[in-house]
Amino acid sequence: MWKSFKPYALIAPQSLVFALFLIFPLVMIGVVSFWQFNGYAMAPDFSLDNYLGIFTSLVTVKTYLNTFKFLALVWVVTLLVGYPVAYFLAFHVPRLQWQILLFLLCTIPFWTSNIIRMISWLPLLGREGLVNQVLMNSGLIHQPLEFLLYSDFAVVLGMVHLYIIFMIAPIFNSLMRIDRTLITAAADLGAGGAAIFREIVLPLSAPGMAIGSIFIVTLVMGEFVTVRLMGGGQAASVGKLIQTQIGSLQYPLAAANAVVLLGVTLLIVVSILRVLDIRKEL
Amino acid sequence: MGNLSRRHMIRTGLAAGAFLTATRCAAPKGTPNNPATGPEVNANKAKDVTLRLIGTGVSQINEIRDKAQKDLGFKIEMRALSTEENNQIAITQPGQYDIFDGEYFSLPLVIPSGNLQAIDIKRVKNYDKIVSFFTNGSFKGMPVEKSQGTAPFKVQYLKGSDSKEFSPTPTEYATMIPFQYNADTLGYRPDLVGRKIESWGELFNPQFKGKTSILDIPQIGIMDAAMVAESLGLMKFGDKGNMTRAEIDKITGILKQQKAKGQFRAFWKTFDESVNLMSSGEVVLQSMWSPAVTAVQAKGIKCIYAPLKEGYRGWGGGIGLSKNLQGMQLDAAYEYMNWMLEGWVGAFLGRQGYYSAAPETARKYMSPEEWAYWYEGKSAAKDMVDPFGKTLAKAGAKRDGGSFETRFGNIVCWNSTMKENTYLVQKWNEFIAS
Repeated sequence: MWKSFKPYALIAPQSLVFALFLIFPLVMIGVVSFWQFNGYAMAPDFSLDNYLGIFTSLVTVKTYLNTFKFLALVWVVTLLVGYPVAYFLAFHVPRLQWQILLFLLCTIPFWTSNIIRMISWLPLLGREGLVNQVLMNSGLIHQPLEFLLYSDFAVVLGMVHLYIIFMIAPIFNSLMRIDRTLITAAADLGAGGAAIFREIVLPLSAPGMAIGSIFIVTLVMGEFVTVRLMGGGQAASVGKLIQTQIGSLQYPLAAANAVVLLGVTLLIVVSILRVLDIRKEL
Repeated sequence: MGNLSRRHMIRTGLAAGAFLTATRCAAPKGTPNNPATGPEVNANKAKDVTLRLIGTGVSQINEIRDKAQKDLGFKIEMRALSTEENNQIAITQPGQYDIFDGEYFSLPLVIPSGNLQAIDIKRVKNYDKIVSFFTNGSFKGMPVEKSQGTAPFKVQYLKGSDSKEFSPTPTEYATMIPFQYNADTLGYRPDLVGRKIESWGELFNPQFKGKTSILDIPQIGIMDAAMVAESLGLMKFGDKGNMTRAEIDKITGILKQQKAKGQFRAFWKTFDESVNLMSSGEVVLQSMWSPAVTAVQAKGIKCIYAPLKEGYRGWGGGIGLSKNLQGMQLDAAYEYMNWMLEGWVGAFLGRQGYYSAAPETARKYMSPEEWAYWYEGKSAAKDMVDPFGKTLAKAGAKRDGGSFETRFGNIVCWNSTMKENTYLVQKWNEFIAS
């Protein structure tokens, strides 16, 4: 009897934690999203007003479009920059110690707080910042470039800087698992560098790219701190919208927005998983 | 469990019950497991009292806490929060605090939640010394008497001890005792602006395109925007502090237009952000809070807190009592209030440029030079040093805007929670997303 019971006992603590701290709060958010808000407090109710408001408002559309724009840009850039970095780490750095060391270097953006990071962007990208000074002194421009900071460009830069490790890590991992004899065999059979990459490396690193993409999607879709700090408060994202609503105590509306956001994000993740069956590939 | 009989269950249950009862009796009276039944009177107990305060960063200061603990003999815990978090906790987590230190404009949200109890004015010693505008709405016939928005006086009194409604006339039950307040206006960098700024309208001046900023807190930012729009004659308000939906539509429309034109460099939400924007030169003209101006000046950068012809936007913070306070703790809270109005705190705040609720009592603790500079608007007879040892003004300097009377008296609007607050937040989000 104990034998058949044992696996359940083993997963019980984790399931309990999950149920208590993930499932239950999510259900609560779902419940609250149907409640009403009277200006200072929320009242239990079953009203579709919050959702009606979201789906009929042009702001929602605009904000989601803006968030998707950030997502697309960050995804493309992290993939284009992250892949070569991971490739370099996996194939061109010979020793494991060096691989680990260089990999750790990529995590540096996480060592500082948001405030510190924000302040340190100022002297680099600001109107009187380093980049502008160099460009002006070299005579390339005559007016400081304003778009470097407090713009969509800055938001994407900030997010790429912060999240690229989530793309590098899974790709690096899947590249490391590629059986090197496959590459040797392909080379023996006369395949060139491009063919080896196309036929062996790229398909076998696809799960890594998919996992990285899932990370990027979930992180960027809910992002509000970088959007506010790098966008100078002028850029909109769904996360920031929710944050402003919470700040004004409009919990039901924020909850409804959160439910919609969760749905949209899951939809994107599911579509990534449909393109690629990660389980099969691993 | 299947073969456990009902009788067995009952027997075990009874035994457990008996065991509990027995241990409870055995435990000494007054322990957590066995609280004493009657009320206990013990004067020395004050030492065991702890008051938990919540408030914003500007008011939760360790030096004040330490001095209060020393003078009063009980423990005080302070928690510094952002304006938004402070309101959230005040409304949704009443068990987390004993004293709420918040802004007057949050009262229309906090009071209906029923989480604060009325303050019995008879128990507040220096209540009559509090600046008259807070207690009866008068201030030497100056413009502040007609100011719009959530002016402290409008939310100072409750209709009864258990009421959740504000009384327009003085009663014996107060919502908060004012703690610190000030007159806010635009701050600018004279070196980068190159001339004097004398009107709110300048914020939309194309000359400063891409170099201005406003606050991204709807209830405060909207007031600044309204001051600007009114000053430029872009629109008129029936009551800025209580806009109609049409007025909110129009003012956010104007803001969107300005944003699309690239008038703003950034919006700020916290004190530090505004300091960074200003000291780095990214922004040369913006709405600011007075300690932020001081912080910029403390970096050796010239920054003027401009007295503007249209008047100031006022803000005020005070402390209110949690409904959970009773008995000894409630007594301690009143003691803390009385201590706060006694003068030491007022002087401490005064040296940072804030105004004290009862300036008369604060004066005792300030040097004549300090009083002359901060309250009378006279030039500093010596260097003005804040409580943390930083020099805020060199000898000979004058406070921007002048005396307490001219600054406070010329407040024309206050940070506001309007009837249409929900709608305002919605439109504000539209503006940010535009």
